[in-house]
Amino acid sequence: MDVIRTEGLTKYYGRTRGIDHIDLSVRQGDFFGFIGPNGAGKSTTIRILLGLIRPDCGRAQIFGLDAAKERRQILARIGYLPSEVSFYPGMRVRDVLKLSAGLRGVDCGKTAGRLCERLQLDPTRKTEELSFGNRRKAAIVCALQHEPDLLVFDEPTSGLDPLMQKMFFEILEERSRNGATIFLSSHILSEIQHHCSHAAMIREGRLIASGSVAELSRTGVKRISIRGAVHCGALSGVRDLRVTPEGVDFLYSGDMKSLLSAMANGDVRDLSVTEPDLEEIFLHYYGQEAKNDPLTS
Amino acid sequence: MTLLHHELRQGRTAFAVWTAAISFLLVICIFLFPEMRGKMDVLGDMFASMGGFSAAFGMDRLNIGTLTGFYSVECGNILGPGGAFFAALTGVSILSKEERDKTAEFLLTHPMSRARVVTGKLAALFLQITAMNLLVLGFCLLSVRLIGETVPWKELLLLHTAWYLLQLETGGICFGISAFLRRGGAGIGMGLAAVMYFLNLIANLTEHAGFLKFLTPFGYCEGADILAAGRLDAGPVAAGMFCACIGIAMAYWRYTGKDIR
Repeated sequence: MDVIRTEGLTKYYGRTRGIDHIDLSVRQGDFFGFIGPNGAGKSTTIRILLGLIRPDCGRAQIFGLDAAKERRQILARIGYLPSEVSFYPGMRVRDVLKLSAGLRGVDCGKTAGRLCERLQLDPTRKTEELSFGNRRKAAIVCALQHEPDLLVFDEPTSGLDPLMQKMFFEILEERSRNGATIFLSSHILSEIQHHCSHAAMIREGRLIASGSVAELSRTGVKRISIRGAVHCGALSGVRDLRVTPEGVDFLYSGDMKSLLSAMANGDVRDLSVTEPDLEEIFLHYYGQEAKNDPLTS
Repeated sequence: MTLLHHELRQGRTAFAVWTAAISFLLVICIFLFPEMRGKMDVLGDMFASMGGFSAAFGMDRLNIGTLTGFYSVECGNILGPGGAFFAALTGVSILSKEERDKTAEFLLTHPMSRARVVTGKLAALFLQITAMNLLVLGFCLLSVRLIGETVPWKELLLLHTAWYLLQLETGGICFGISAFLRRGGAGIGMGLAAVMYFLNLIANLTEHAGFLKFLTPFGYCEGADILAAGRLDAGPVAAGMFCACIGIAMAYWRYTGKDIR
């Protein structure tokens, strides 16, 4: 069953593009990554899913319910962490958590206490006195304390130190094992690669790739690192070329024979061919999309 | 109830400051009455020489040597504009502050319909206005007793009802405006209350501008008219309440369909 399903979701802010015909599908229990650079349309998509903004056209369904018309039922089962966290002035962390639980009509005191302990968050502190990272932790507890079926996190780790990031993902993985669906929007590709089973890539409001992280990694692209001198000018399929005094380094999706021929004519002292990481794959898709786009090619 | 409680908590400082300030000024004013009554000969001459100024504040038609006349002019000039400013400021920011302070994402991603959010905030606004008026009335009644005067119940209650309705109308209109704003609208609220106050002053100055009384809720709060008639003028009051209802209806319409950025 699809927990999130969008069809042709489009949103423009006046003449400014938000998202353009986004078709997205997230299955129940998925740990789903939503990748894209800043301004690509990730937050717009999330805000439509949560009913904060209305799409110009297309439709979004969550748990099989219409995201615009059945917000209440949907939001009761969602935990959301926004990219920018703001709390009401004069409140302590425990007041914010109590307010959130009260607005949901549930008592989450025990779970909230456990989460605060694990994230080393002092619930007696005033939210204005919290550091950026601690404010984020408070928002994470808010999103998790009612044990929702779907977690929607927008850039969740910004401001968290590495130890807290580790703890945060441990908690998410526990929730995932318990059956929760996790929708993680991020521009940090390593996070998606390490934790997500499926992902979608968005660029300039359009979905450029979607599938399992393993599938997305099978692009035919290789990272080539050569120590020595090779003339790559005649090769097609070369991207992200970096020339150093020791040699060259690039992403290659072209014909292997041409590459071998270029190397045979050059001076190769050492060679390594590796699978690219997700960041490089993203650049691959990003470049491919740009090439296919008449506006950018 | 959680949202209502939260809104009241958020607004408690402003509520306490405005209530304390208005009550304090009214109490001071009432305590000045015995001394003022003793100087009525001097004051009468002074007000007579002020011409249009006296007319603007309705002092040409009232005997401020009586408690009710004094109360409607002096206290009216504190609770009238003071209450309107409080209602306008509270009303104009109660919805827009969520987007201004970036808390809208927090609030509106909880399982509540937008209409319920509007209802909770509207209830908080009217509760604050009502509580402020009850407290102010309580302090005034106590002060009147403390200066040894008999409480003119009917007149005082009529005057306070008029000022209360003025605040409900101002609050309702500003509540409607608030739904259209993405940033705080303190300037708009204060400006609107000030314009409505001055429209009534102008209407009092010349008969040619008398129609302005129908454009401002201060028109039906005119102490001279209320004390002379012994009742509120139902027409302008009904028109004012209709305006407040329009404001509230606009708030529901706008806020339930609005994109939250």
